[in-house]
Amino acid sequence: MKDVDDKFRKDTEKQVPLREELKPRKVTTPDGQEIDIDPLRDYFCDAKPKVHPKAYSKIVEDFYNWARSNSLWILGFGTGCGAIEMRPLMTPRFDAYRYGIQWRPTPRQANLLVISGYLSVKTLKRAIRAYEQMPSPKYVMGLGSCTINGGMYWDSYNTIKRLDDYLPVDMYVAGCMPRPEALLHGFMELKRVIREGKGEGANTYAENFDQYKVNQKAVIKDWDMPDYNW
Amino acid sequence: MRELLYRLKDRYHLGTPTFQRDDLTFVTVKRDELRAILTELRDVEGFTHLTFLTAVDWIEEGLFQLTYMINNREANQSLGLRVMLTREDEPGATTGDTIHDLWPTAATYQRELNEMFGINFPGSPRVDEEFILEGWTDLPPYRRDFDTLAYSQQTYRERPGRGRSDPKAHMQETLYPDYPKPREAAHAHKEEAK
Amino acid sequence: MFSFKPDRSQYPEPGPDGKLEIDLETGKYLKLWHGPNHPGITGNMSVELTVCGDEVVDGKTHVGYLHRGFEKLMERRTFIQVFPIVCRVCVPEPDFNEYCYAAAVEELADIDVPEMANWIRTLILEMGRFNSYMMAMGGISGALGLGVVGQWMTYTRDLMLDRFEELTGARIYHMFILPGGVRAHLPEGFEARMEEVLQTAEKYLADAEKLMFHSSVFKTRTKGVGYIDPALFERYGVTGPNARAGGVAKDVRKDSPYLVYDQLEFTVHTETESDIYARTLVRYKDLQETIQLIRQILRKMPKTGEVMSNLPNVLHWKIPRGETYIKGESSRGEYGYYLVTDGTGYPRRINVRGPSYTHAMALLEHLIPGTNISDVAALMVSLHTYPPEIER
Repeated sequence: MKDVDDKFRKDTEKQVPLREELKPRKVTTPDGQEIDIDPLRDYFCDAKPKVHPKAYSKIVEDFYNWARSNSLWILGFGTGCGAIEMRPLMTPRFDAYRYGIQWRPTPRQANLLVISGYLSVKTLKRAIRAYEQMPSPKYVMGLGSCTINGGMYWDSYNTIKRLDDYLPVDMYVAGCMPRPEALLHGFMELKRVIREGKGEGANTYAENFDQYKVNQKAVIKDWDMPDYNW
Repeated sequence: MRELLYRLKDRYHLGTPTFQRDDLTFVTVKRDELRAILTELRDVEGFTHLTFLTAVDWIEEGLFQLTYMINNREANQSLGLRVMLTREDEPGATTGDTIHDLWPTAATYQRELNEMFGINFPGSPRVDEEFILEGWTDLPPYRRDFDTLAYSQQTYRERPGRGRSDPKAHMQETLYPDYPKPREAAHAHKEEAK
Repeated sequence: MFSFKPDRSQYPEPGPDGKLEIDLETGKYLKLWHGPNHPGITGNMSVELTVCGDEVVDGKTHVGYLHRGFEKLMERRTFIQVFPIVCRVCVPEPDFNEYCYAAAVEELADIDVPEMANWIRTLILEMGRFNSYMMAMGGISGALGLGVVGQWMTYTRDLMLDRFEELTGARIYHMFILPGGVRAHLPEGFEARMEEVLQTAEKYLADAEKLMFHSSVFKTRTKGVGYIDPALFERYGVTGPNARAGGVAKDVRKDSPYLVYDQLEFTVHTETESDIYARTLVRYKDLQETIQLIRQILRKMPKTGEVMSNLPNVLHWKIPRGETYIKGESSRGEYGYYLVTDGTGYPRRINVRGPSYTHAMALLEHLIPGTNISDVAALMVSLHTYPPEIER
């Protein structure tokens, strides 16, 4: 932070008001009862994530990791430009399906979140929600130099500069944008990492949950969701 | 195009037109006549297509320039109408006149201008809703006095170790190593004067 | 034949400010988010649907998930530094950004472009159009359950990306068209390899035609659905294939020829139905036309010549005060750059006029009420919108 321009100071005073539909209110049910609703508390589970313990013996854990590494199911959420290289990967020419990698439409069925490029603050909010809805064990992969250090958008006011402040990243693939071959290599590396038992992103997230939340809330100014979105 | 402007000049106050290309002309109009001119151009002269509407921030002159680009496909002519608004520092204090009833698609442009420049268009549908940004509390970002680099440095943490060199100086060193650096040149000049 | 006639009389009327008075607490309506994480959405955007049963009462487009503030970043960079970031405005067809920006800079800085460079630029733009149409055909077929066509189209597009790689060194972002010309000549034997790709593409397209346009499933899902009244085209700023499907032969390449389009022969295909089927058919025919255009360009272009004119020292390059607007016909409609300079070495303002801006916002919001939930995805891909050019 050494060469920050002193002339321009960002506005830290202003708060974003809560959306109308998220404010606590009274609702009349069809049978005439009046009930209080606090949307942020009532509609979500607010339990913290737990650290997933290892299996009791090493050979069982190794077996688990082998199994996990062979079914990487990707959440089909194209967050940035890298999503365009996902399509060649899905089709016969590069065919990632032969490695047990496939794309799923919903976070509930996926265990790998691929952040395909720069993340604007608005998408970061959705990506966090999607990540937290995925079942454990889950992994995050960051594509492109924009997730590593901001890349081409190093001076942009709307994109985050490093992804691992906000989500636990297991594997980065460099490039702008990474070619399908690079992506395949990244998936292979991720498999190796998981097989070796080092794919501990979900546990890191659970252990440092408070710190991650502090980082996330520092950027997302209109935090209108509960801290943990099951 | 010239005949059209001559015809319009009788009834409206037009600035000096800029004939950029054979098919592209820019002209400044007065704010209170904009609506009449646009309606006439659309209904009578065949300029039926609103290509875009955007703003330019002339902060030194204290002005916002709105550019309405309209297009006549049959005659293959584009006309850019410039409207100058007084620039107020408070976001939303500068107001323009909405034209969403002439072209419904203008409502989207006006929403963007309200968010990105702080130019309000009272009466335009959903103009106050968030369009691109979410939870934005700072200056409208496309204004010239908003410094995106400073904002990003104050908001987002960077990964240490990223080298930062001025691309201009770097390219100058790589491509023109013999070329005197600005500071050295000034220094040499000073010494000569001594 | 199934036909869907929306009866809008039973839906609430929007108020004077354009807002619908819908009381969600009645239990009659449901809010449904279509995106941003949804397989039926084109890129990273979302549509907020209010549904009543299976029918959509109201739709609002939400964009901004891909906003990087390009127009602000460009103001901070010198004219030559803008280059690496302009192509990133639109991912599937980046070359139009390069061409429009380069042409705008050339016009204001008064730089002449060599003839050979103009031909190569046209070739690049047509190759980009090929890619983009392939992507669109794959998207439409995928959204309507014909996944195999999507596989073929993506494969064929990949072959064209190989030619791009050979020519420019990159698959997606080429950064090949610079102010003053292009970076390089065509490599040796490029025509023969391109011909191979085009023949493969024609083979797959012939199959795709049988599978799409003669399939009863596809016809039932698309004919008569998503109708745009041609009277609305001017009011909503509809351009490109979406307008051509309604019988308006709008094409910037014909209306105001740029580059070398006045020396090329091609037809502008139109349809009259203005529904999803017609829009897909127009894209298909235009894709065939593009293949012929690439052949024609390779046949007609000069074999030798300069590809780059002399630029001033780019470190001290100042452009006098002025403004201009450059447009071209991209695969989605009129694509343009509005460039304002103020006499310094930096652009004062650049505005990108993407066709999706009007198609995905005002037009889509107008079309959505009255459709079925399942048709929203088809409607959206048939408009062929790319969110990055809406929010830049």
